[in-house]
Amino acid sequence: MSIEIRNITKSFGSFQALKGIDLTISSGELVALLGPSGCGKTTLLRIIAGLEAADSGQILFHGEDTTHRHVRERQVGFVFQHYALFRHMTVFENIAFGLRVRPRAQRPPETEIRRRVHELLELVQLDWLADRYPGQLSGGQRQRIALARALAVEPKVLLLDEPFGALDAKVRKDLRRWLRRLHDELHITSVFVTHDQEEALEVADRVVVLNSGQIEQVGSADEVYDHPATPFVCQFIGDVNLFHGRVSDGRAHIGDTVLALPGTAESDAEQALFFARPHEIEIGGNGEGIGAIVRDIRRRGNAVRVELERKDGQGAVEAELSREAFGRYAIKHGDEVVIQPSRIRVFQH
Amino acid sequence: MRLYRQHSVLPGFPLALGFTLLYLSLIVLVPLSATFLKSATLGWDGFFEAVTTPRVLASYKLTFGAALAAAAINAIMGLLVAWVLVRYEFPGRKLADAFVDLPFALPTAVAGIALATLYSSKGWVGQFAAQVGFKIAFTSLGVTIALTFIGLPFVVRTVQPILEDLEKELEEAAASLGATRWQTFLKVILPTLSPALMTGFALAFARGVGEYGSVIFIAGNIPLVSEITPLLIITKLEQYDYAGATALAVSMLLVSFTLLLAINLLQWWTQNRRGSRI
Amino acid sequence: MSAQTLTFASHVHHVHHAARSETPWVRRSLTAAALVFLALFLLMPLALVFVQAFAKGWETYVSALMDPMALAAVKLTLLVTLIAVPLNTVFGVAAAWAIAKFEFPGKNLLTTLIDLPFSVSPVVSGLIYVLLFGMQGWLGPWLAEHDIKLIFAVPGIVLATIFVTVPFVARELIPLMQAQGNDEEEAALVLGASGWQTFRHITLPNIRWGLLYGVILCNARAMGEFGAVSVVSGHIRGATNTIPLHVEILYNEYNSAAAFAVASLLAMLALVTLALKSALEWRLARQIDADKDEE
Repeated sequence: MSIEIRNITKSFGSFQALKGIDLTISSGELVALLGPSGCGKTTLLRIIAGLEAADSGQILFHGEDTTHRHVRERQVGFVFQHYALFRHMTVFENIAFGLRVRPRAQRPPETEIRRRVHELLELVQLDWLADRYPGQLSGGQRQRIALARALAVEPKVLLLDEPFGALDAKVRKDLRRWLRRLHDELHITSVFVTHDQEEALEVADRVVVLNSGQIEQVGSADEVYDHPATPFVCQFIGDVNLFHGRVSDGRAHIGDTVLALPGTAESDAEQALFFARPHEIEIGGNGEGIGAIVRDIRRRGNAVRVELERKDGQGAVEAELSREAFGRYAIKHGDEVVIQPSRIRVFQH
Repeated sequence: MRLYRQHSVLPGFPLALGFTLLYLSLIVLVPLSATFLKSATLGWDGFFEAVTTPRVLASYKLTFGAALAAAAINAIMGLLVAWVLVRYEFPGRKLADAFVDLPFALPTAVAGIALATLYSSKGWVGQFAAQVGFKIAFTSLGVTIALTFIGLPFVVRTVQPILEDLEKELEEAAASLGATRWQTFLKVILPTLSPALMTGFALAFARGVGEYGSVIFIAGNIPLVSEITPLLIITKLEQYDYAGATALAVSMLLVSFTLLLAINLLQWWTQNRRGSRI
Repeated sequence: MSAQTLTFASHVHHVHHAARSETPWVRRSLTAAALVFLALFLLMPLALVFVQAFAKGWETYVSALMDPMALAAVKLTLLVTLIAVPLNTVFGVAAAWAIAKFEFPGKNLLTTLIDLPFSVSPVVSGLIYVLLFGMQGWLGPWLAEHDIKLIFAVPGIVLATIFVTVPFVARELIPLMQAQGNDEEEAALVLGASGWQTFRHITLPNIRWGLLYGVILCNARAMGEFGAVSVVSGHIRGATNTIPLHVEILYNEYNSAAAFAVASLLAMLALVTLALKSALEWRLARQIDADKDEE
């Protein structure tokens, strides 16, 4: 089922949480809402679910307006950040809840409920926990039970609020892959909220980057990483170095240095922002480039991170080199070098 | 800020709030307002006269004096009891802990006749006091004892949780800096406890000022000597002096509301302190 | 120099032991002082009730309880409690639902208003109803015209009892429900549960111990209320006397054994209340720990 979000706005008191969101999610897609805390991503998710009402705008499920439909009738599965498992019910009863509360006419018979619950428990690979209480489970187990409970009502849309937020790093990685596999199996239209860019890039088909209530960019993992649409996206996703300067004659002027801008046709601008990722910074000995001093060298696995300080006092630059390249440059602490971005993104004010 | 509730999908807000407001209005607000309105019919002079007769003034002196003394005793003894219950292990600790709430659970009339019998000149305790020339029942001392009984749990139960949450590192730090145990108590523990202790004191005082059942039996109710203000209200009522009773009730309500405000401020302060510690 | 180092070392050793505890002697004295105080001020009055109740033997005790006036008082107390406690329970749940689960302006004021009856003297609590419904009160003449008697009658006793016990259930439930948040209720609604199903299957089981706790305290106060009831009752034996009022009458008639015999019923109620309260506190503490664990 596709989801269409049309011009959604929402304020809490004087705080504008969402400032006109438009987004279409196609059927069977797995989409991540990514952004820093307070950007409105959870609010948007709750509005899609019907847990929160928008001040204006529409939500359409499969072309049908559901804006005023109660959460109960939207047929969404929602996985809460802290799971919200019913603490006084066993795992089995938690998963069966959605089926048991149906009106008598639509309620499946008890044998069918049992079968379905066990099927779901097998799906999340926790069949052996049916009789436990939520308090007796680990974080990762609770997460999977919460997912099974949400799936029990056969939702048309699955919504997950920071699904891995409360888990430790190792469990988080496992669950991420597992969720991706599960989605490939079930093909339910899914939206999840995260503040972790790595998580969004790894799991989602498409990433929606949000910032202070607005969509900054929508695209695949590669698109938002390689072709960020705004300075915010550039800085939020992946490490990046920022240079202030101007553009003239299709070339970048950063401090006293003039750099070519290959592959772009930038018009002149008095003020421009230039971004380059650490692995796109090249350190060379010869004249062309920005003068800098090596301040720190740290080895990280197969890569070497070099921290440099610009000689013109405009701050620090971080470069990431392969061991091989590092060996070739033969730089050490305190060296005066020249840096050149091999690739640069330009944003004009 | 909006003037209506934030949207929530949870149902039942209009019903729950509507019922709450209706119930509170009928049971609490309307009768209280009626009392204030009634006292207004007295006029300012009538009101002032009614609440300042010598008998009334004597009852104020006794009520507030005894409540203050009892609250002070409770602040000290309540802190001691809370300290012992939280810090020390001893047989029967749980039982003693549960027992602290007895004054909450025991109907005041029962407490009243028990205390009156206990401290009468022939009672278990009263006879020893009588031997050394102390009269407890039918004096302000008796009133103070009854109010101490009734107020103890307020202090213990407000101090106890704060004492339980007290970071042990604070005391260890003080000790490591060379403070003696007594210095640590006075300069580290007591200041941390003081908002809670003051709240407990205020609660015990507020309860003591209005207390009736546990006091009247031991007090003996001798006008100008051992007559508390709440009893004076009943006396006036029995003499069909509705105006006088109303005026006294209003003066007591004003005191109650002031104390309630003070207690709320104290509790807010306590919570702020607790919150900001983290 | 070396001597100084030595004393310093021994001082450190001493500190290590005494960092958070007093010397055994101080500890024992403080414990003893606290226990003597509790025994003198709490235990002795309670013990005295039972000793005095049986001072003139079993027969006097039983006959005091079997006295028709005593039985009538018991019956009235039960009746009043059976009306006041359920009403205040429903009120408490409704108030806690509105206050803990929703945001609205004036919430703090409402919470304070709910606690208001606790800070009003019991005598004044009774008086306000006399001033409203009594012969001299606002509605008195109208009520008399229509032959409705509220004051010096059972309805007045019920009203006064409700007034003094209004806060009990609400003040237990509000912090509990606030701590539990709305997540589970929202989860139930997303899964298709109706409002009533959500309350019945999710909220109610989660608050049951706190609810019971509030009800027990409310019950103890309703059965034992003296001051407020005394003002509105009119003390008509066999008709408007509750147990505490009956105790007062017997005591004032110098019928001490009978007074304490009837009082012992209330003392037992207090003991049962304390026992249930402790048991529930233990359960609530466990639940709160479990809740914390789930965060």
